Amino acid sequence: MKAKIFVTLKNGILDPQGRAIQQSLHTLGFSTVEDVRMGKFMELDLNETDTTSAENTIKSMCEKLLANTVIEDYRFEILEI
Amino acid sequence: MNIGIIVFPGSNCDRDCVHVLSEVMGQSAHLIWHQGTSVKGMDAIILPGGFSYGDYLRTGAIARFSPIMDAVVEFAGRGGMVLGICNGFQILLEAGLLPGAMLRNRHLSFICEDIYVRVENADTPFTNQCEPGQILRLPIAHADGNYYTNPVTLSALQANAQIVFRYCDREGHVTSQANPNGSLDNIAGIRNATGNILGLMPHPERGAEKVLHNEDGGLLFRSILSALERNQIHQPV
Repeated sequence: MKAKIFVTLKNGILDPQGRAIQQSLHTLGFSTVEDVRMGKFMELDLNETDTTSAENTIKSMCEKLLANTVIEDYRFEILEI
Repeated sequence: MNIGIIVFPGSNCDRDCVHVLSEVMGQSAHLIWHQGTSVKGMDAIILPGGFSYGDYLRTGAIARFSPIMDAVVEFAGRGGMVLGICNGFQILLEAGLLPGAMLRNRHLSFICEDIYVRVENADTPFTNQCEPGQILRLPIAHADGNYYTNPVTLSALQANAQIVFRYCDREGHVTSQANPNGSLDNIAGIRNATGNILGLMPHPERGAEKVLHNEDGGLLFRSILSALERNQIHQPV
């Protein structure tokens, strides 16, 4: 199965990259953009068949390595192939 | 004294630390490869600067799981002195040996320049050769030095004198203009609650030699040596 993992800065934490992107978009004329937050996207191929077990595994991976929970939030989707 | 300097793939300030400790200060400096499992015989450990694992995923995020880190954590748990410089500080944060995290510099640039820090706590094994409030000129070279922690932890750091260095101007004023990376409360370096672990973003090993016209950084190393000599802290073999 495939897992898609999204890691983003927690709300309230300054995101200077997001801000720089927003400013560029405004310069290009996309004035309706009110905020931009930049994050990370990862795709994993997992050799698992049980969804619950996979969810637990992914959660552990996020807590331990893939996200720094001091400053980042994570969410994920599992796609069964 | 025997000082162990951990080398991760991508560390690049390890040899500067060896040079300062051995050539300038006459100590025994040992490079320890990250795959090692022991820091036996070391009196203090340094996690040096650089780009361990290319800063992939997050700075220090992968290095903290290197095999040697079990030995470093255990050494620190026994009260052994651990100094994290730049990437080393980032690794200590990721490993949870120091509280908080690093964000990208506020203005997004990699900054490579001399800055000033004020010694906020001269009563630590890393600053005992400094005066309280002393101003040190040190080089920084980083893109992720914007220190962050939550308000509760920040209050604790302030209350326990765990903030050891703050960015300041030449006269020692801690101002936002003097802050090169946006770091919370101008924090440049902190220690843990028990005081045996210090992390700082500036590079003391790049300012520890007369020929470089900067010896301020040498005070950190001399403080460590003084603390070791005074306490006769030789880690049990």
